Amino acid sequence: MADGTERRDDVKEDDVQDEARYAPPGEKRRDGGGRGDPNGGEKPQGQRNGQAASERVGEVGSGPPPEDTIIELRDLHKSFGDLDVLNGASLAVEDGTSAVVMGGSGAGKSVLLKHVVKLLTPDYGEPWVKGRRVDQMTGGELDDLRLSIGYLFQGGALFDSMSVEENMNFFLRRHSDLSEGERQDRIEETLSWVKLEDTAPKYPAELSGGQQKRIGLARAIVLQPEILLYDEPTTGLDPVSVRTVSELIVRLRDERGISSVAITHDLLCAEIIADRAHFIYEGKILESGSLEDLKHSDHPALRNFFGS
Amino acid sequence: MRFTNLLPGRGSAVTRGLERTGELASFMGRFFGRFWKPPYEVRETFSQMDEVGARSFLLVSVTGLAIGIVMAMQSRGTLAAFGAEYALPNMLALSVIKEIGPVFTSLVLAGRLGAGIGAEIGSMRVTEQIDALEVAALKPFHYLVITRVVACVVIFPVLTIWADAIALFGGYMESLFMSGTDYRVFFQTAFSTIRFTDLFMDTMKTSIFGFIVATVSSYLGYNVRGGTREVGQAAMRAVVVSSLLILLADVIVVRISIMLFGGISGS
Ligand SMILES: Nc1ncnc2c1ncn2[C@@H]1O[C@H](COP(=O)(O)OP(=O)(O)OP(=O)(O)O)[C@@H](O)[C@H]1O
Ligand SMILES: [Mg+2]
Repeated sequence: MADGTERRDDVKEDDVQDEARYAPPGEKRRDGGGRGDPNGGEKPQGQRNGQAASERVGEVGSGPPPEDTIIELRDLHKSFGDLDVLNGASLAVEDGTSAVVMGGSGAGKSVLLKHVVKLLTPDYGEPWVKGRRVDQMTGGELDDLRLSIGYLFQGGALFDSMSVEENMNFFLRRHSDLSEGERQDRIEETLSWVKLEDTAPKYPAELSGGQQKRIGLARAIVLQPEILLYDEPTTGLDPVSVRTVSELIVRLRDERGISSVAITHDLLCAEIIADRAHFIYEGKILESGSLEDLKHSDHPALRNFFGS
Repeated sequence: MRFTNLLPGRGSAVTRGLERTGELASFMGRFFGRFWKPPYEVRETFSQMDEVGARSFLLVSVTGLAIGIVMAMQSRGTLAAFGAEYALPNMLALSVIKEIGPVFTSLVLAGRLGAGIGAEIGSMRVTEQIDALEVAALKPFHYLVITRVVACVVIFPVLTIWADAIALFGGYMESLFMSGTDYRVFFQTAFSTIRFTDLFMDTMKTSIFGFIVATVSSYLGYNVRGGTREVGQAAMRAVVVSSLLILLADVIVVRISIMLFGGISGS
């Protein structure tokens, strides 16, 4: 299986011209109409659309989503070799709101989130962000979109050859016109939000897992993005830090109007941040609604998950 | 892996090997496709050169010194048997500069840098640091791969010249102790048959070896899937594959350079 997935990664590379050469084999197999055709090819066997799960998601091929929908994933399919990870996952996020995606380990949550920034491209389906199809973006357009999005990786993904301060300064130096002094101020301020001001000179290896996670969060927001994607922002944190981080996410939404998608297992975190919750199961969004709706669902998978 | 797995067929070592070779070739192609395009990571390239040079300076020096002393000791007896001991510096310079220096230095560097680059890029892959660069529009291929390839292409010949010089110095030390050769005589004889094209071609071919080490190791690191075990494997493979490719490339380069410039006696 490792061999089957080896090349897939090249898809997310930046270069326009190379894009076609590095398209994964799955691309052609699933999407007979080619990437440029909004109506795609035939749907793969045995898939049902995600309508039932998320009533607000448009049909594949129906054009851009409504203005106030900032992210819309339509009927995403993705497999790695023989492993079907996404199997028609659909969800929509309204501008200025926080969505939470929950689900078991290995359910495909991280894979789903990576489609929003074209770290992965779907075998079938349409990821729309800010009214554009991300999977068709390349070059400067893709860079601009990515710069308007902050991404917190599941493991933090701090650059371990750089100190905390350099990790953040690296982003600012490359992508902002701030002076050195202004950058330092911004870094200090951002670190204070995650309550880790004193870690600036430290290297990632000197920090605990939870601290790395919070620095990853600080780095994701340092460029003041419009959209934030959090892959398990609170995993590995103590209850006090869970609250701090969750409240920070809420503050970013309320004060700056940042829209976000957060993957989380953490009920406390979900309760604090969720405007809308989605439950992923067997590669589909099984249920979308308020967190209460999900908790009181009769579906066995959900009841099992919430232990009710 | 077992030997039976080497038989051709779907999913066999042969097929996989061919696939890998193709992927490696397209990875090298990607280097040439993107090298010309911004962002030009000049600062990072210099810092990689610094790294590459500093990491291997001592190793290369010791290698050079050992080569020089051992070659002089070994050849002295043989040459004496033919009554040609006076030609020792000459022979030493020819073999060090033309072949042993460049290839030995490159092989030692393949071990040192291949493992380093493979492990470094591989662990950045499995800890999602490459993805993090990608989504921050920071072009990981430019930042990680192109910088290292350029650094190796530039630094390999420099370190080779250094190793050659140290080896000759080692040979001179041996001669001094064994026969009290005067340094003027030694170095005059040493350089009497070396042509500039030899020196130039045989040193510059290590740029090709540097290119091989850096691209092979980056390719293997860049495509790691899994965890720390796979990172270790990538580092090990980087050393093995780049060493083999260096030896293969050497045969080809020597063949071509003899065709173009003639052999040693053909001058
Ligand atoms: N690049 C890849 N190549 C091959 N398989 C992959 C790749 N990325 C993910 N997978 C597989 O897809 C499945 C879903 O992975 P994913 O990371 O999305 O799970 P998850 O829902 O985030 O789980 P967790 O809660 O444990 O993080 C896993 O079986 C994983 O092995
Ligand atoms: Mg995950």
